[in-house]
Amino acid sequence: MTALIEVQGVSKRYGAFTALDDVTLSLSDTQPSMTAIAGESGSGKTTLARMMLGFIDPSAGGVFYRGKDLATMSPGEKRQFRREVQPVFQDPFEVFNPFYHIDHVLVTPVKRYRLADSKSKAQALIEDALKSVGLRPQDTLGRFPHELSGGQRQRIMVARAVLLRPKLIVADEPVSMVDASLRATILDELRTLNRELGISIVYITHDLTTAFQICDNIVVLYRGTVAEAGAVEQVIGAPKHPYSQLLVSSIPLPDLDKAWGGEEIPVTEANAARRNDGCKFAPRCPHVMDMCWQAPPPKFMPDSQRLATCYLYRDAPVSPDPDCAAVFRPPVEAVARITQQV
Amino acid sequence: MATRTSSDPVLVVDKLSVHYQTSKGPAKAVNEVSFSLRPGERLGLIGESGSGKTTMGTALMRLTRPPGRIVSGSIMLDGRDLMTLSAGELREARLRDIALIPQGAMSALNPVMRLEEQMIDAIIAHRPGMRRAELVARVVELLRNVGLAPEVARRYPHELSGGMKQRAAMAIATSLSPKVIIADEPTSALDVVVQRQVMQTLGRLQDGLGAAVVLIGHDMGLIAQFADTVGVMYAGRLVEIGPVRQMIKSPKHPYTKLLVDSLPGIEVKQALTGIPGLPPPLVDLPPGCSFNPRCPFAFDRCRRETPLLLDAGPDQFAACHLYPEHSTLPPIPARVYQEALP
Repeated sequence: MTALIEVQGVSKRYGAFTALDDVTLSLSDTQPSMTAIAGESGSGKTTLARMMLGFIDPSAGGVFYRGKDLATMSPGEKRQFRREVQPVFQDPFEVFNPFYHIDHVLVTPVKRYRLADSKSKAQALIEDALKSVGLRPQDTLGRFPHELSGGQRQRIMVARAVLLRPKLIVADEPVSMVDASLRATILDELRTLNRELGISIVYITHDLTTAFQICDNIVVLYRGTVAEAGAVEQVIGAPKHPYSQLLVSSIPLPDLDKAWGGEEIPVTEANAARRNDGCKFAPRCPHVMDMCWQAPPPKFMPDSQRLATCYLYRDAPVSPDPDCAAVFRPPVEAVARITQQV
Repeated sequence: MATRTSSDPVLVVDKLSVHYQTSKGPAKAVNEVSFSLRPGERLGLIGESGSGKTTMGTALMRLTRPPGRIVSGSIMLDGRDLMTLSAGELREARLRDIALIPQGAMSALNPVMRLEEQMIDAIIAHRPGMRRAELVARVVELLRNVGLAPEVARRYPHELSGGMKQRAAMAIATSLSPKVIIADEPTSALDVVVQRQVMQTLGRLQDGLGAAVVLIGHDMGLIAQFADTVGVMYAGRLVEIGPVRQMIKSPKHPYTKLLVDSLPGIEVKQALTGIPGLPPPLVDLPPGCSFNPRCPFAFDRCRRETPLLLDAGPDQFAACHLYPEHSTLPPIPARVYQEALP
């Protein structure tokens, strides 16, 4: 089976700084999936996203789209890749040129990829794409970006991606600049695209709550390495790696029975100076052991749908496959969309 | 959580209105808002973008700039009306009596001054007699209070991480032990782990000073973790205010209920729900209750008459015509959530 997209042992170095260190991840070609990539700023999640989009080249390793290396693709293959793998960016304000009607971002790809042979067909395509993200074409087309809210602009970017009937959408923090009350709606649209149009989605985020709600599987990155990966129910529901545990316990939940508690997370700057050839999280880890400083921990599998690169689980088997997706669970069928009854 | 004190309120805001002059008439960003705060109290002010919460925070500091203008109301700080103070008196009151932690501390610090000099600048403006040695000692103490090492004083802002800059802004805001601290989305640019550390630091500082805090934000989870009282703003008005537990467990205003429901948890996967519709433009508010076009319960009176903030439970006040006839909010019909979906 060739993967839809596969990053194979990729690293990215900027001078002495390593943004991403030997990450392997593949997405299924046969089953549309929703995968979250999570981590704090500087964890390498955006670097990984930009690599999947072909915006930057890895320093080591390769990115393969349907078995073909991005680095050696022919111009025709590259063009098809560019059409089938679409980005949605974080900032719904900066992606628009304020002097053009918003139509511009929709008409351009139609022309560029010759999606329609007549003006009326182009118009119909654009209107369909807008409707698929819950926008009314008559209220949207012909407007300037400043006349629309951040949430509406972000939906237009999703519509633009949908227009090209992509196989994969890489969404980098698509809702972090959108109001909490609108986030749910936009994320639900992404899930609908996944379920109904069979588009695979990579959701880059630092918000584990929304990742849990919409994704099947998650990869938690820390300083460019995979800390934990697997089914969201395992990794977010019952995290094993001390870093994922820290992330999950820091989520501000609107539930007073799950208070943060008064304890301050120790800022251990003393440990930061220690020579570390091992786990990148060691200086901050509450469970740090001597072995953690010696060599990077391998991918232990504390259970079948998760891996954790942490010596606390050294009694568990080591994953034979470098690919994080080896422990992914298959996507579940759509839950009933309206389950909430008050 | 800080305990409520029975002492007199330190801040009393009465019928405060702030308008922005626009070509289409006044935009009523803050519309007759009243509330009071006791020493040590933590008020979380929550609302969507454009609800007037940041305008509110700026007005409390009397930092409103044209085209914005405070058109009516009073801000009593410890018995003195800020509205009647001269420019000189205001300059003295800011930082000493009421201080602001701005949104995005990254741009609040002077990039070409060492942190120490900026902090000394702020203190010496209020305490001209202080000697250099005292000032330097005070800076070290302030930095220690926010968990920063003394050597950070000699650094420039670009040498600090986002979390460190936010802590530095907090150290400046508390340098003269103010009675009221306004924190405008102090952690919106930080990831969850750092966010938790920064908020816990703010809580400790406040407890030490016995100051009251107004935390402005749009994340109900964060507000719930920090505040003891929650105020909800919608289209410039305070539509509900009450103790945090009640506001989450039994919100009285339909908007508060929809806001609480739009937050996903990490326990069960549920249908993501948004709030149907968009907030009204502030220059063209609908007659009656501003929320009536989006409200599942709107009836004739809501379209005619603006509701006042009235008793809706113990210590809980809601601006909604459902009260006092009803004792609790009726269940929200499922179709409302469906409408919010594409």
